[in-house]
Amino acid sequence: MTPPTDKLIQMYRQMLAIRLFEERVNDLYTRALMPGLAHLYIGEEAVAVGICAALTNEDYITSTHRGHGHCLAKGASPRLMFAELLGKEAGYCKGKGGSMHIADPATGNLGANAIVGGSAGIATGAAFSAKYLKNNRVVVCFFGEGALGQGLLYEEMNLAQLWKLPVIFACENNMYNEYTHFSETTAGDILGRPAAFGIAAEAVDGQDVRAVHAAATTYVERARRGEGPAFLLLNTYRYRGHHVGDIAREYYRPKQEEQHWSSTRDPIMLMSSWLLEQKHADQATLEAIQAELTSEMDAAVDFAVNSPYPDPDKVGQDVYA
Amino acid sequence: MPETATSVREISFGEAIREALAEELRRDKTVLLMGEDVAEAGTTFKVLKGLVEEFGTDRIIDTPISEAGFAGLGVGAAMTGLRPVIDLMFGDFLTLVMDQLVNQAAKIHYMSGGKWKVPMVLRATMGATRRSAAQHSQSLHAWPSHVPGLKVVIPSTPYDAKGLMKTAIRDDNPVVFFEDKISYTKVKGPVPDEDYAIPFGVADVKREGRDITLVGTSSMVQVALGAAAMLEDIGISAEVVDPRTTWPLDEKTLVESAKKTSRAMVIDEGYFRYGVTGEIASVIQEGAFYDLDGPVRRLGAMHVPIPFSPSLEDVTVPTERDVFELARKMCNK
Ligand SMILES: Cc1ncc(C[n+]2csc(CCOP(=O)(O)OP(=O)(O)O)c2C)c(N)n1
Repeated sequence: MTPPTDKLIQMYRQMLAIRLFEERVNDLYTRALMPGLAHLYIGEEAVAVGICAALTNEDYITSTHRGHGHCLAKGASPRLMFAELLGKEAGYCKGKGGSMHIADPATGNLGANAIVGGSAGIATGAAFSAKYLKNNRVVVCFFGEGALGQGLLYEEMNLAQLWKLPVIFACENNMYNEYTHFSETTAGDILGRPAAFGIAAEAVDGQDVRAVHAAATTYVERARRGEGPAFLLLNTYRYRGHHVGDIAREYYRPKQEEQHWSSTRDPIMLMSSWLLEQKHADQATLEAIQAELTSEMDAAVDFAVNSPYPDPDKVGQDVYA
Repeated sequence: MPETATSVREISFGEAIREALAEELRRDKTVLLMGEDVAEAGTTFKVLKGLVEEFGTDRIIDTPISEAGFAGLGVGAAMTGLRPVIDLMFGDFLTLVMDQLVNQAAKIHYMSGGKWKVPMVLRATMGATRRSAAQHSQSLHAWPSHVPGLKVVIPSTPYDAKGLMKTAIRDDNPVVFFEDKISYTKVKGPVPDEDYAIPFGVADVKREGRDITLVGTSSMVQVALGAAAMLEDIGISAEVVDPRTTWPLDEKTLVESAKKTSRAMVIDEGYFRYGVTGEIASVIQEGAFYDLDGPVRRLGAMHVPIPFSPSLEDVTVPTERDVFELARKMCNK
């Protein structure tokens, strides 16, 4: 079933918002305005957006080191995100978390996690709460295919299926664990792994936001009905480096491969052509969205750049509740 | 113990823990217990016996043998409205849950700028001399004590265990609660009927004395008390202080006792090197240096994997005799 036009446009808008956000993150890094590094989500936008569009505000997600897209798609404010990335007091975590730890109870974001595979327990535990408290929530655990090497993931998949917990394991296969192709780290068939636990699983074109959304909707609703977890294998690609500083990449992947994905498989381009073709939107509408988002993102960056750093006195706050 | 106690019973350390858990389960529906063989079996140590009959398998939950899996699940459950008590069985299995404990539970509140909380209790056992060899005998409470964001409880008596367990469950932070296996049945003591809780970070003077301070933790409190009785026979008056929580740590009581007696020894069942005795000794040294007659001394588990054979194992942990001999030397008697 095709979602209504406003939902389709909203998904397009959200993907573009993430793209524009990430381009500005790269820019802040190159201008030396951002402390540390960041892992950009450019190229993978359809995954976060298609999945989060199938969730309610009360549903939960856990995110990863490459988490800006998940957080924004779940409803995070770009202003507070940028402020956090720059280590400012106004940021989501008062500057204590940074790029890899955006967390926000108001949008059901249990937190981005810099331990590869480390959030599988948190996600499954949140799903356990949802079942225990009968509050009808569903949890999505985002992770990269690199996390397939972590034992915790399988312990959680076992628990989730055993206890029929409403958690969706969303494996974003962008083909590279840092600087190593996943075929060098991953034995056998990925979908054979959830299958071994009897977990419903499906591979999805992660560049097609409508396909992602359709699959997510099916399994999220199934989980909400109490029928247990699911595993989505989202095939996608990151256009940029593993992090903003990873510029010379030819030793691990060819330029032609990058060009192939960005010129023929770009999720935003695919969606905009489809929207135009199906007459869900005209060029002027899409351009207006772009203009609106551009000024929103620029204003958000300005806000963050001009925000104060936390007072050093605050270093000892929030260690204990 | 409060004087308002209406009725006081003599119960074991294990029974005190079970009572605390049962009362908290009754009081708060968001409290649940989870671990291997916690339900019908009531754990390997039988400490939870009877709880599943009262609270059912929805709240007393047997898990697969997946320590990281159910500890991690506990973290997520704690963040989203529950107060899970996770049973790790042997404290040696801390190795298996370290990422969930150290990188997740301990840091979530801070990393989120105070937005998420992790009100979880991880119950772990400790203590040697059960002839269980190197992988089932360690006292690893120094490890979580090293990590900001965690609180660590090491009770020595039934009264303390019950009151501290209640505080642990009601606390909004991740708490690691260490229970000495031998004490489960061996240590008995008075516990009042009514509800009480003991705040963290408050040491308890288990015995007052004038000549030397013996700081003991967990099972070593009984050892220190035994040694204090022997010391009394040769005219040395020993004060026994139990910090009860390694973090938060009641530095004030430790330092004041050492200032008063002018001598201090720290006894702990964890490995001697880079451990709890070293930390507590420095706290006393820094706070009481000019009032001390000599250096703070320490006794801990030998720096060897705990051996199996009784003749070997028994020399690895401090005994009453060890404490007595060292204290006597420190007091020049
Ligand atoms: C447990 C752990 N091991 C190693 C790292 C270092 N590291 C950070 S990201 C990364 C690669 C992750 O690959 P993947 O999960 O596929 O996610 P992607 O970066 O491709 O989005 C590694 C090895 C880490 N953060 N955590």
